[in-house]
Amino acid sequence: MNKTPPSPASPNGPLLQGTDLSCIRQDRLLFADLSLQLYPGQLLHVMGKNGAGKSSLLRILAGLAQPDDGQLYYQAKLLQHSLPVYCGNLCYIGHHSGIHEQLTALENLAFWRAASGLKLADDWAVLAQLGLAGLEDVPCRMLSAGQQRRVSLARLWLTPAQIWILDEPFTALDQSAIALLQQQMLHHLSNNGAIILTTHQRLTLHFPALVQLEIAYRW
Amino acid sequence: MVTGVFLQRELRLLARQKADWLNPILFFIIVLSLFPLGIGPEPNMLRIIAPGIVWIAALLSVLLAAERLFKDDYRNGVIEQLVAGRHSLLAFVLAKIVANWLSTGLPLLFISPVVALLLGLEQAALGAMALTLLLGTPLLSLLSVLGSSLTMAADKGGILLALLILPLYIPLLIFASSAIEAASMGLGYQGQLAILLAMLLLALALVPMAVTSALRINVS
Repeated sequence: MNKTPPSPASPNGPLLQGTDLSCIRQDRLLFADLSLQLYPGQLLHVMGKNGAGKSSLLRILAGLAQPDDGQLYYQAKLLQHSLPVYCGNLCYIGHHSGIHEQLTALENLAFWRAASGLKLADDWAVLAQLGLAGLEDVPCRMLSAGQQRRVSLARLWLTPAQIWILDEPFTALDQSAIALLQQQMLHHLSNNGAIILTTHQRLTLHFPALVQLEIAYRW
Repeated sequence: MVTGVFLQRELRLLARQKADWLNPILFFIIVLSLFPLGIGPEPNMLRIIAPGIVWIAALLSVLLAAERLFKDDYRNGVIEQLVAGRHSLLAFVLAKIVANWLSTGLPLLFISPVVALLLGLEQAALGAMALTLLLGTPLLSLLSVLGSSLTMAADKGGILLALLILPLYIPLLIFASSAIEAASMGLGYQGQLAILLAMLLLALALVPMAVTSALRINVS
């Protein structure tokens, strides 16, 4: 099972490593023998058709689901054994926004600050930067889908986590917000961060350490 | 600290979604005010059935509030991301339990003197009823949060939820109504209260952990 043992922990070693991962959903093999490595400063772009298993892979990498086969290592240690440390160093934003519609943008941010230890910062300034000036006190159900996405992604400006896992972060965003988010991603990567992301959009900025991982659609 | 922030959020949500907690309270009042009308105002008859119907109405009204407890947070991905973050899941569960008790259990305690008037309960029985409600409603909240966490992913989980947690309510129903009955006959009811307290403490120790596991299972 454990064919390629990870290299011992070193500052240059991979942050996250997966070996021979496979995933079965509803009797369907989504992927098998998938191996990946994520180094600090790297952007891993997971690609594939709808239903190919991108979100399932991301959920496995976020520790939300177990791979049906294969192992995951965080800093050369088995992920099961270092889950608390790993989860503390992870910012996962899934398909769903994680935004409660009855709460305002500021209240949602305050909730996530308490939940995942976001940095203390000027929330108003962050929201203004994301083009939400004047909407901070409006319940999120009054906002458009793209604006709700922006509220959800505002966490990325505040999180101290080193690994970001983003499932379709560009959905419903307009061009200016997409550019803004990519700039923030570049900033994160230049600070030794690492990002795993799925998107069907083309990345418009140049990412120096971009690795693409294609999951073939199987039936 | 974190629990405080979460509790504040839950209370804020309850303040914005008033139907979530007003409906169960109104239901409790309506059911109890219908009994004297349906059965007739014969004081002795009402006094005999009062302990049972107070608690049955309390159980059903808490059940009414239980179904939606986790629905919104499940649908919009809050729970998934809390599970991924791991650290604050227990605080989230505790905040849910406390908020549920504050919004559905505690009001029943305040309404109980009015209920006693409607059903013609005496002073002694009123005291016993308040005490059983004080010990019993937190247990109701714990159990309904447990049931709700297990059924949150089910589309129409209402009946499933009732089937799951009503059996767990039964010991509470038996001991609580027997305490009120004993009090109305002038007997001591410390024994029943002690059992209620024991059940509450047991649930307090086990339920939060069970709920965090249930949340984890539901998103994986």
